[in-house]
Amino acid sequence: MESRLTGATRHLPRRLALGAAAISLLAASVFGQMAQADDANTTGLAVTDTTVTVGQLHSATGTMAISETGSIQAERLAIDQINASGGILGRQIKVVQEDGASDWPTFAEKAKKLLESDKVAAVFGCWTSASRKAVLPIFEKDNGLLYYPTFYEGLEQSKNVIYTGQEATQQILASLDWIAKEKGAKTFYLLGSDYIWPRTSMKIARKHIENVLGGKVVGEEYYPLGNTQFGSLTNKIKLKKPDVVFAAVVGGSNVAFYKQLKAAGITSDKQTLLTISVTEDEMLGIGGENMKGFYSSMKYFQTLDNPNNKKFVEEFKAKYGKDSVIGDVTQAGYLGPWLWKAAVEKAGSFDVDKVVAASPGIELTTAPEGYVKVHENHHLWSKARIAEIQADGTFKVVHESELIEPNPFPKGYQ
Amino acid sequence: MEWLSDFGAIAVMQGFNGLSVFCVLLLMALGLAIIFGQMGVINMAHGEFLTVGAYTTYVISTLTLHYVPAMQPYYFFFAIIASFFIAGALGWLVEWAMISKLYHRPLDTLLATWGLSLVMQQAFRSIFGAREVGAEMPEWIMGSWNPTDAIDIPKNGLFVMGLTVLCTATIFIMLYRSRWGLHVRATMQNRVMSRAVGINTKKVDRMTFALGCGVAGVAGAAFTTIGSTGPTAGSLYIVDTFLTVVFGGAASLVGTIASAFTIAQAQSIMEFFLSGSMAKVLTLSAVILILMLRPQGLFSIKVRK
Amino acid sequence: MKNAYENLLGGKQGAIGLLVLAALILVVFPLALDTFRLNMVGKYLTYAFVAVGLVLCWGYGGILSLGQGIFFGVGGYCMAMFLKLEASDPESTKIQSTPGIPDFMDWNQLTELPMMWQPFHSFGFTLVAVVAVPALLALIIGIAMFKRRVGDVYFSIVTQAIAAILTILIIGQQGLTGGVNGITDLKTLLGWDIRDNSAKVVLYFVNAFLLLGCILVGRFVLTSKLGRLLMAMRDKEERVRFSGYDVASFKIFVFCLAAAFSAIGGAMFALQVGFMSPSFVGIVPSIEMVIFAAVGGRMSLLGAVYGTLLVSFGKTYFSESFPELWLYLMGGLFIVVVMYFPNGIAGLWESHGRKWIARFPLGKQLFGVPPPKVRVFAAKPPAASPARELETAP
Repeated sequence: MESRLTGATRHLPRRLALGAAAISLLAASVFGQMAQADDANTTGLAVTDTTVTVGQLHSATGTMAISETGSIQAERLAIDQINASGGILGRQIKVVQEDGASDWPTFAEKAKKLLESDKVAAVFGCWTSASRKAVLPIFEKDNGLLYYPTFYEGLEQSKNVIYTGQEATQQILASLDWIAKEKGAKTFYLLGSDYIWPRTSMKIARKHIENVLGGKVVGEEYYPLGNTQFGSLTNKIKLKKPDVVFAAVVGGSNVAFYKQLKAAGITSDKQTLLTISVTEDEMLGIGGENMKGFYSSMKYFQTLDNPNNKKFVEEFKAKYGKDSVIGDVTQAGYLGPWLWKAAVEKAGSFDVDKVVAASPGIELTTAPEGYVKVHENHHLWSKARIAEIQADGTFKVVHESELIEPNPFPKGYQ
Repeated sequence: MEWLSDFGAIAVMQGFNGLSVFCVLLLMALGLAIIFGQMGVINMAHGEFLTVGAYTTYVISTLTLHYVPAMQPYYFFFAIIASFFIAGALGWLVEWAMISKLYHRPLDTLLATWGLSLVMQQAFRSIFGAREVGAEMPEWIMGSWNPTDAIDIPKNGLFVMGLTVLCTATIFIMLYRSRWGLHVRATMQNRVMSRAVGINTKKVDRMTFALGCGVAGVAGAAFTTIGSTGPTAGSLYIVDTFLTVVFGGAASLVGTIASAFTIAQAQSIMEFFLSGSMAKVLTLSAVILILMLRPQGLFSIKVRK
Repeated sequence: MKNAYENLLGGKQGAIGLLVLAALILVVFPLALDTFRLNMVGKYLTYAFVAVGLVLCWGYGGILSLGQGIFFGVGGYCMAMFLKLEASDPESTKIQSTPGIPDFMDWNQLTELPMMWQPFHSFGFTLVAVVAVPALLALIIGIAMFKRRVGDVYFSIVTQAIAAILTILIIGQQGLTGGVNGITDLKTLLGWDIRDNSAKVVLYFVNAFLLLGCILVGRFVLTSKLGRLLMAMRDKEERVRFSGYDVASFKIFVFCLAAAFSAIGGAMFALQVGFMSPSFVGIVPSIEMVIFAAVGGRMSLLGAVYGTLLVSFGKTYFSESFPELWLYLMGGLFIVVVMYFPNGIAGLWESHGRKWIARFPLGKQLFGVPPPKVRVFAAKPPAASPARELETAP
């Protein structure tokens, strides 16, 4: 069958044979490397007398690279700082960085490599829920330890994961309470990109609005990821005249959405809008003039006024350039290595079970966002903050809640 | 009574929205219609040429802001022209290096240009970074125009609309009223005969492809007013654009206009009554269904086979 | 017997080619690689099912489907649904408000298992569905498109659009499908822990044998009269039609077959990787699978497997070592292969490799024979002939 090929390649220069040889060499070197990786196998974790190896698993390429770069940088910064201050239990941290390439099976594959081949003591990584869901069974089976930095939809609690971002109720409930009180809001329009995080968040928001605030949801809808046409939506908002638009639009859609809101005359002097998906990172693309006067709810803003944060921002900019920005997830990524250090030192061991057991109750007073504490359920106690967006794209914090208990499985909200 | 006037205002704005979606779709599809319709080449990198235009606008806006802030209100016109020529020149190069070698293998151009789109996306990423960027818009293009109190007509929509009309008219004139257009149409209908009567079909192909890419560049520049610019921004539109061209009936510019209008109105109306995601699914499915019933598209040129 | 030897194995040359491939995936890989890497190869091999299907429908049939991810995905989802139901027994889901249904349904306030999921309690049904549902889907698409003589390019674009629609649907119907996260956390198959290392090895071999089986089926189809008709159609569709053949039916058949192959790959993917998500359904994975077939050689069933392995290894290797570069390489590879080596690795082997290896005594004995006899239909890329160009002009 294969012999029926003809013609087209016959007149090629002989050099091609070399090309073919090169391809086979490449294949050979791939295999060679794979074989070598096995030799490094040792029992237990990759901990020597002077070093301890950790993994970093984010997307450096692909569509998610935009978002994950900040986390990669922040985690590196924290690790460098820990190393500079003497490491953990006298050991310097070595990092194996893997690229998830915005592809969930690749994440699973690389997680497995980190845990089974590299025997890393902890992994700092993942960004999207989908990537976390893909690696979760692997972490549970191989008993690894993952520090996950993104604010997310909740409904999960694994022994092998420490969630350093907010779960949905922490981000949503306090901010809805505030906006209802501050603006006397009764009617809400919920909208988001079409995937699990916005849908779950809106579900929680709807329950809270209807059952606790006694308000009314006048519209709820989702647009496909990457959608850039929001003209019909702006008209619907004008028709329904909600007191508050509550938005969780992500990625490229974000930019189109806010530009079109402004173009349709929906600006902050006529319409209150609260979003849970705009951080400093997104702001770069959207531009402050398109969101001036709207509100964003996060646990961290770069403009937070406290000594920890001043130091953090300064160090981050010294390392990654003065134009770099720090969003909520970047800060949460920065917490990971520090929380791990504290837990390891409390446990006196790198053993995953011992570190996990030591984690609840770990406090970090040096966190840029202020004080955080690890809860029994592996999420962090943290504050919700609401900031008003300024024309220059910075965030002015207008409200700060009390420390909120994380509750990934909120009763009455499911 | 107030309710009624409100309703009227919404109807006007929704109508305008349909038109504006139509213009966006048409502007995107125009370049593709020329390339696919007239040359039979499937350019999967079309979206990336759009992105080239968007990044050109971004660069020019940044440069203007930096060096001649006084020109800021007017830079956009210059950016559109530059986008056209840069994307066009790039298209010219691509035709020369790749497409011209693949005319007899239409499906293979599809694959090769897809490879090109990967390379171009990564190039954007290397040059401009992975983050979305936004061009600083001149003040006159922002905000809305209020014919009455209740009606807001987005100015950027008006602008895109004007640009679309201009582009479409220009292309129509070029294709149907110029010597070059005559050559293009002749080449499309019968390449061998055209060559026989002395038309330099190679040159015609190259210019046609470059023009198609240039129009994509203009579309990209226009997009910076409504959307964002990122390495993969262009690839989001590719399916919609292809469907528009195919639905209209390849080789028919009128068909492309009609199909963009139908799809845009359907999308816009359904979006108003349904959720965004569902509207999208229904529109695409309807288009495919109609294509199955009428595979040659809405309009098609009758050619004796 | 002689006939089967010729048809299935393609004579001595075909048999040797198949043996080499079988030796590679059944002996060399399992011996040389640890379980982790072997599992990875297993994952790559599931894509090879799609590539083999594409050789049939694209290389031989001239039908370029840009939506093979649809079938890979549907097959994978069928298997994942069964596995998810097994993983969601009332005992392990007792913290949910409705125990016994998959966790993502519970989060979406579903209180009972949707109708669509009910039959997937049965393993027998699932096995049938894995192949039948995608094949049926392909049948519908095929009838609609080919009976009305939709052209190649139109077909490509429509399949691409269908892939886009399906992705949006799966993501939107998150209560039914798990949304963008997909169906995750699959644990056991009929009580057998598929996450175990030993299970991974067994699944690898099942996968490898199924792949070899698909290649044999493919060969059988191609050496039969149908195969020759396919090529004839690709090169001169009108003439075949005028000779009284129902061209559309042949196209539909080969498209359905390719869909079924892809679906088997998808099901094996779900088993080996342990989840299924909409990111394997859409436009990008679909087109990537076309790359595999193109690199391997669109006219070669075996080449498709090598192409898949090579590109996938390359992707893993380069994204590990030079993350910035791999998209350039991937795109560049695609351009170069399509433009200069339309017959891919298999073509290079025919034009250069065979000669080279014939310099060695053993190599000459095994591979040195020139292609046996020129078959009736030379498999030129369809339009390389000037005659074609003349003819497409009206």
